[in-house]
This record gives sequence, structure tokens and C-alpha cells, in this order.
Amino acid sequence: MSERSDRLLAIADDELILGWRNSEWTGIAPFLEEDVAFSSIAQNEIGHARALYELAAAELGTTADELAFDRRLDEYRCAPLVELRRLEWARTIARHWLYETADEIRLAALKVSDDPEIAGVAAKMDREEAYHRMHAEMWIDRLLASDDGRIRLNEAVDELWAYALGVLDDELRPELRSRAEARLGRQLAEVEPVPRGVHEAELAELLEEMTIVRRSAPGGARW
Amino acid sequence: MSRIFEVFRQERKGQPLQHAGSVTAPDERFAEIYAREQYGRRQESVALWLVPREAVSEISEFPDEFEMKYRRVDGYSIKARLREAREQAGTLEQAPGAGDDT
Repeated sequence: MSERSDRLLAIADDELILGWRNSEWTGIAPFLEEDVAFSSIAQNEIGHARALYELAAAELGTTADELAFDRRLDEYRCAPLVELRRLEWARTIARHWLYETADEIRLAALKVSDDPEIAGVAAKMDREEAYHRMHAEMWIDRLLASDDGRIRLNEAVDELWAYALGVLDDELRPELRSRAEARLGRQLAEVEPVPRGVHEAELAELLEEMTIVRRSAPGGARW
Repeated sequence: MSRIFEVFRQERKGQPLQHAGSVTAPDERFAEIYAREQYGRRQESVALWLVPREAVSEISEFPDEFEMKYRRVDGYSIKARLREAREQAGTLEQAPGAGDDT
């Protein structure tokens, strides 16, 4: 597999798995409006995953669906940050914000890629991600505005920080650190990033659930 | 601490904004995000207006103690009478829609 398709799959897997995780709040988010908004954001992420899988599929001579659903667990390239399951709301928002911040840094680098297809998809994604970031930032402001919120956010960020660093390549990590520290107004721990490729136990469970229709109708489900 | 925002939606440029529903949100910022997702995510709107519920003045009493039915227009065909009146007044040619009358 080329470095190009490996990179595309890493980002596509991040978007697919995070989209799936965020969609687990559908019906049980803290209130109705948030439920609709967060579910819509989840659907956007899955749409981004599809666009990236299609680019990789063209190169690998396969299809987006096969890449999304038919690989073995150890072939998924997502960062463990997006795999974690059933985080309570403050942690969900902390992950959402950490991911969107990392994703913005990553997309900025991809938008100036020499590869016009990658640069094009990155620019399109970024125009939608801008609204995800607005959503994440308003929640961060809200949490930082009260003692209770700030404590819960800081605890969640501390727990997820090593995972968040693992979303980015080495050279982009300092940028994530400086943005996150500036936003939270405090230093974050010097920790070893949780790397891609080593999966959380929850991913196996998620793939089982995610591929159930695909496996039950190997010829392709018709809706 | 939650507020209600009434949402008006424009389906295509040039059309009137029509009431779409409302969102409940802690402040304008949340309301804008929620309205965007609730009424715009399927490309069903080209513009939204958000109006805090408390900014809306409601009028809901229209007394009609004497049943002045003659002020209503239902069941009362005005077209022929209007034409007749215009002929008498000599203003038929200047009337709106004159010329396309069949």
C-alpha cells in the first residue's frame, strides 16, 4: 500500500469511527436540539470518510464500502482517540473539541498538498468542519464559564490528552499542544502519545456492530 | 436559563421567510448552531432568521361583537362589479391587469 493511500485510510478511519461513536448519542443526548445537531455532525463525519475512502479505493482498485467494512481489525488505521466508547457528555465534548482542533491542523497541511485530489477533498471537508469547530468551541466556552464545567472539562482533557496527541504526526503535535494550552489557559502534561495501529478493545465490538448488515448480506444490502 | 428562539426559513432566494418552528437554547450562539442543523442540514433553506420569543409581540384578540359579515370577502364575487364600476368611471383601461382580461 502506498504512503498516500495509507494516509487517506488513516483519516477516513478516524472520520468513520468518530462519526459512529458520536452517533451513539442519537436519542440520548442531553437535550433535543443537541441531539439533532450532534447526530448531524456525526453524519457529516461519515460523509467525509466516504469521500476519502473513494480516493483511496480508486488507487487500490476497490470500493469505499469494502474499505469501510471488509478489512480486518488490525488493518484499520484510526487513532485510538476515536475508538473510545460511551464517554459521558463532558468527555464526549472534550474528545470532539480535541479531535476537531487536531483535524483543523491536519487539514491545513493537506490543503496545501501537491496532490490536487487530496487538497481538493481537504478544502471541502474544512468548509464543513468549520461548523463542527463552532459547535465544539461554544461548548468549551460554556464549560469554562462555570467551576463545575471547567473541572469536568479539565479532567476529561487530561484523560484524553495522550490520545489526542496520537491523532497527529510528530511534526504537527506541538501545534496542537500550543492551541489546546492557550484555549484552556494551562499547561498540559508531557506524555507519550497513544499511537495509531494499536487498537482499544472497544474497536472490535464496534466493528462487529458496524458490519452486521454487510456480513448478513454479502451481495450488498438493498434499501 | 434556556431561551426559546423562533426560526423563520427561506426556501429559495426571493421567497418570503416563513415560520419553521423554534429551538430552545441557552443563548444566541447555541441557537444559531441548533437552527442551522435543525432547519438547514438538508439544504432545505437558503436563509434563516432567529427571533428571541420575548421579542415577538402577539395579537390574538379580534372582537366581532356585531357579526359584521359584510366586511368579509368570502362568497362575495367582486370581479364583475369592479369592471362595471370602472367602465362607469372611465378607468377600465388603466386598471391593473387591463388587456389580459378575457
